[in-house]
Amino acid sequence: MENIGYLFAAYTVIWAVVFGYVLMMQRKQIQLQRKITLLQESLDESKTNGEKQL
Amino acid sequence: MDNKRILRNNVLLGLGLVLMVAALYMVFVYVPTEKNMGVVQRIFYFHVPIAWVSLLAFFITFTFSILYLWKREMKWDSFACASAEIGIVFTTLVLITGPIWAKPVWGIWWTWDARLSTSLVLWLIYVAYLLVRSFATDPARGARYGAVIGIVGFIDVPLVFLTVNLWRTQHPATIIFEGGLTAPMLLTLVVCIAAFTALYMLLLIHSANLKIMDADVKHLKSMLQEE
Repeated sequence: MENIGYLFAAYTVIWAVVFGYVLMMQRKQIQLQRKITLLQESLDESKTNGEKQL
Repeated sequence: MDNKRILRNNVLLGLGLVLMVAALYMVFVYVPTEKNMGVVQRIFYFHVPIAWVSLLAFFITFTFSILYLWKREMKWDSFACASAEIGIVFTTLVLITGPIWAKPVWGIWWTWDARLSTSLVLWLIYVAYLLVRSFATDPARGARYGAVIGIVGFIDVPLVFLTVNLWRTQHPATIIFEGGLTAPMLLTLVVCIAAFTALYMLLLIHSANLKIMDADVKHLKSMLQEE
């Protein structure tokens, strides 16, 4: 029973790492969304240029 | 990501965090120590919720695999695959926490009884699911093969659950629904199950969204090259 503090600390660290991982995934989604928006804009732009040339 | 989705994800993250802190407090401070097994029994409050989440994850894979084969939309496959990945991680944790508990209580790390063996088979089935997907050259074909394994492999899930009632096993039978737990123990278990379920949902949503967005980026890049 005297080592239960270490066990508690170990579990707390594990959970902190897991939530850190979730936050990291959330940040990556925001980055990907920016990339998608940029790619979509480039695609629209190239389509408009193509139509103008025709 | 739109603001509504970010808000929903943050609410789920906050809920998961609150539940996890509550679970930690209840497991290590609130719940009394079990008389026969002592402190080691506290692993029960992690082992059972982790096992619950792994079975739930494979059920979600099964459901989304059916949806994918029916609708042929890649988003359903993304959810099925993300859920299988999480299920494998949680089944691995079940296979680790089980022996840690078994050694001081049974005197052995592992025995080939029905519950333990079917759990290991479950892990192998879904590792095969990921391997088949990764070996397929065409993503659509990989998704199709994966969906078939996700559906057929689910047969093992009810087997894992029912083994302790169908056969005589070293693993204890279900005591949760038969009044085998005192009120504080049951409350702690419920909070732990809620916390792990919230964590599973968070991981599923984020992991599946990443897969969907990654596919979108690839699709847009290929369209841009064609232009």
